[in-house]
Amino acid sequence: MDGKSDVKDKRKMQYQKLRRYFIDDKDCREKDSSHQTQKDFVNDTLVFTPYLDHKLHNKIERWNKKKRWMKDPPEGKQFKSSHGHQNEKVQQQKEFRKKLDPFPGDAPVSQEKIKKYRRGKKLQSTKTRSKLESYKLIEKEERQSLAVIQSARSELLLQEEAGFLEVEEGEDITELTQYDIADVVDITSAQKFFELNLNEFGPYRVNYTRNGRFLLLGGAAGHIASIDWLTKKLLCEINVMETIHDAKWLHQETMFAVAQKQWTYIYDNQGIEIHCLKILDSVLRLEFLPYHFLLASSNSKGYLSYIDVSVGKKVAGISTGLGRLDVMCQNPNNAIICMGHPGGTVTMWSPNVKEPLVKMLCHRAGVRAIAVDHTGQYMVTSSIDRTMKIWDLRTYKIMQSYKLGGGGGHLAFSQRGLIAAGIGNIVEVYNDCINNTMTVPYMMHQLQSTVHGLQFCPYEDVLGVGHGAGFSSLIIPGAGEANYDALEANPFQTKKQRQEAEVKLLLEKIQPEMIHLDAGRIGQMDVKTYHENIEKLQVSRPNKIKFEPKYKMKGKSKGLHKEHRKKGVVEKEKTQFIRDKLKQKQRVDKEKEHTQSQTCGTKSVLDRFIKSAQ
Amino acid sequence: MRIKVLCRNPDDYLRETKRDIHRVPRNYDPGLHPFEANREYVRALNATKLERVFAKPFLGSLDGHRDGVHCMCKHPRSPSVLLSGACDGEVRIWNLAKKKCMSQVQAHEGFVQGICSVPDGSSFLTCGTDKIIKQWRLSPEGLIYSDPVSTTLGKTVFQGIDHHWSANTFATSGEQVDIWEEDRSEPVRSFTWGVDSINYIKFNPVERHILGGCASDRSIILYDMRGSTPLRKVILKLRSNALAWNPMEAFVFTVANEDYNLYTFDMRNLAMPLSMHMDHVSAVMDVDYSPTGREFVSAGYDKCLRIFPVDKSHSREIYHTKRMQRVSVVRWSLDNKFIISGSDEMNLRIWKAHASEKLGALKPREKTAFNYNEKLKEKFAHHPQIRRIARHRHVPKMIYNATKELRTIKKSQKKKEANRRAHSKPGTVPMVAEKKKSIVEDVD
Repeated sequence: MDGKSDVKDKRKMQYQKLRRYFIDDKDCREKDSSHQTQKDFVNDTLVFTPYLDHKLHNKIERWNKKKRWMKDPPEGKQFKSSHGHQNEKVQQQKEFRKKLDPFPGDAPVSQEKIKKYRRGKKLQSTKTRSKLESYKLIEKEERQSLAVIQSARSELLLQEEAGFLEVEEGEDITELTQYDIADVVDITSAQKFFELNLNEFGPYRVNYTRNGRFLLLGGAAGHIASIDWLTKKLLCEINVMETIHDAKWLHQETMFAVAQKQWTYIYDNQGIEIHCLKILDSVLRLEFLPYHFLLASSNSKGYLSYIDVSVGKKVAGISTGLGRLDVMCQNPNNAIICMGHPGGTVTMWSPNVKEPLVKMLCHRAGVRAIAVDHTGQYMVTSSIDRTMKIWDLRTYKIMQSYKLGGGGGHLAFSQRGLIAAGIGNIVEVYNDCINNTMTVPYMMHQLQSTVHGLQFCPYEDVLGVGHGAGFSSLIIPGAGEANYDALEANPFQTKKQRQEAEVKLLLEKIQPEMIHLDAGRIGQMDVKTYHENIEKLQVSRPNKIKFEPKYKMKGKSKGLHKEHRKKGVVEKEKTQFIRDKLKQKQRVDKEKEHTQSQTCGTKSVLDRFIKSAQ
Repeated sequence: MRIKVLCRNPDDYLRETKRDIHRVPRNYDPGLHPFEANREYVRALNATKLERVFAKPFLGSLDGHRDGVHCMCKHPRSPSVLLSGACDGEVRIWNLAKKKCMSQVQAHEGFVQGICSVPDGSSFLTCGTDKIIKQWRLSPEGLIYSDPVSTTLGKTVFQGIDHHWSANTFATSGEQVDIWEEDRSEPVRSFTWGVDSINYIKFNPVERHILGGCASDRSIILYDMRGSTPLRKVILKLRSNALAWNPMEAFVFTVANEDYNLYTFDMRNLAMPLSMHMDHVSAVMDVDYSPTGREFVSAGYDKCLRIFPVDKSHSREIYHTKRMQRVSVVRWSLDNKFIISGSDEMNLRIWKAHASEKLGALKPREKTAFNYNEKLKEKFAHHPQIRRIARHRHVPKMIYNATKELRTIKKSQKKKEANRRAHSKPGTVPMVAEKKKSIVEDVD
């Protein structure tokens, strides 16, 4: 009890002192006296007070100081609070800044960058029926160009820079081995060069997930392995005891499809068989279209089929009649399937049309491999006659033709436009070979056995090569896109993010009917239907026929009979009119075609594939 | 040899702690975003479908009246308070948030013909078929004091009443239009034009001395409170039931007509309406503007409400329920979120102004998602699939059949007119705009 009362007393005293302090402080203010008295008290309180009082005291002292300063400021300085003066000050600061900034205004953006982000052309005219609509159009156009500039400007925020490889004069780039590169680069990068010796069950097909994190290996003798290749962690490994023709990841690393000897199977990431797709038999190549959730497969009997993996239904099956289909790739930009044939032709397919959308003669000998770049602009093909050709898919014209050391059996495009070709047991990588003619490959690598599968790892400077003796991961500087978009493909995805992304993907599944050579078609004006409708309106109607049936005896001129006779004649006239019109139109069309074919001086090799010319 | 290989430091891409948000680096390069247009289209389609899924506009009904609801008035200060008058002379005050009747009073014998509130919301005025105008005070809690503040006995039956938007004057309509001041028992001014009675009167909210009225001789009359005679008059083919001024454009008003249509007029040119709003299949009983002035709602004798954009001739929305009978009165709440309708079967109903809108506070992410979806819907609105889904409404069989019938009638009339034109001397059957057909005469 005593202790407690002691504490109480102490507190009471403290409190009184504090009060005194306050009162006296007030007095001080009133009296305008010097700080002598204050100081006394300060010392006094300091004896007693712990932290809190100390703080309080400091505050008060600061306030008093300020007050004193305000009352009689030191010479040369004056306390002013008028608004006018403040404005002046702000003005001065502004001017000062202006002087400092040698590049006033927004930083300029280069036209090249703007071109990269521009989608489609600017509107040619903003003429509309009403003035308001025209203003709206102009405003919209302005907003769009602003968005382009802003996205171009946002390049500044990108974190990474793409890889590169430069050699000094005298050094031979082709003699540079993977070991040399691995020696030079940092440890984490060096670990990206590795080889898996899997002699028993090869040769291997390779596939990376869309975010480049996981690797799927499918050995021809039945071995399947999925790996987190960066950490070298094995997800699953099984042997299906059957020939494997191809293996592909589905939309995420949770599922993959494997084309086996007879049927196609879908496994989950633990290697458990989820589905056996008996509608896909003797499949040779698989392609997965991630935005459509379509699994496209081509088989040895010339049958191309599309399966919607989100609902498990067959969307389309096309009997191509072009023999064994073992060369297939997808155009990632428009989800069109490209296939190469022994006759040297390349055909392009969509699930909506039973005939090829495009059929082009690319080589004089059989096509062995095709690849299309991710922008959908360029296609590279290789043939048994040792040629490799690069095509522009907007004009379907050849851009480059190269003679290789051997027939390129496998081709792959990297995200930054590098091309890898597997020629026998050699992998060659070409850089800058589309717009300029290259003379020397960018990199070369020799393997123990023949290449069986090639793919650049997305968002990494890595090329995965499956071959007879296993798998090699090669470092190719400058192959991968440096900056990923996490909402599109995220290599550092967590489980939760993956699950959310899956839901988003499914919600945004594009229907197979929307697959078209021009992927942005849906956003464009439907000019064709418009013209058709206009034409329909303009089709002239037959003139009214005035026909009065003759009077006939024997009750044949009763009202109804007469009407029937009249109708018959009128109908006949009408059909005749329509027939004449059609004939006339056909004649005009033919003439037009004829004149066109005559006026076209330059003939292309591909003209023979135009339908009407045949 | 100079070499650089891509090597990402996980520290730059992973969040530091579990409490942090995930890092989401973006790259807007179009090459990395394939099928942009297609995916946007799919999103727009989903948004449109979701809008229809969530379109549940009916919020609740307020029952308590013992006869059909005849008039209604919004409280000028508090959006949750509503006054309604019924055919049995009873006036009720409602709390919309609680969906409860706060208090009631037997105001008149016979119909409560009109009800209007004083601008500060402290009291309100009613008029009835018993030729009496009564002023009632509201307590701070929103209850009606049972005794009227003032009672004015008129000479004729009153059919409508409306209060000035700021001054303490009000107008009544009946056999003539009277302008009253609150503290006087005699009208300050009276307007007559012809012998027929005026069944509806409304003050202009912007040009506050202007009044618009609908008369039973099928005319719409404009008055200036300052003048001694009415301003102008336009006669339509059928009678107008109600009139509403656009709160954002002082010179525009819309009338609900007996010929199943609504007409929007420019006050300065009554010879031709700005637009005609079709879709009702029976007489339109009442109309009220949204506070934004972009849309208005109409009550139909065909047991439904319709919402029209001001510049469109067809409605964007139809509201109906199985139990709702002839709708006699409708109001758009002052917070632009709700619509309240009063109908013959003694109920008031609360509806959402936007059928699929989510009520309550929205989180910022929700808000951006809604905005994004709105924009998408707008962008792809003309695609046939999307337009079809967005336009589809289930309508009662009665309305469906009546619409069909009306369509055939209109078609046959058109055909008949065309035939007449074809078989008469050129120029004798002139082309007349559809909206002009209903105008009989414009009188100054």
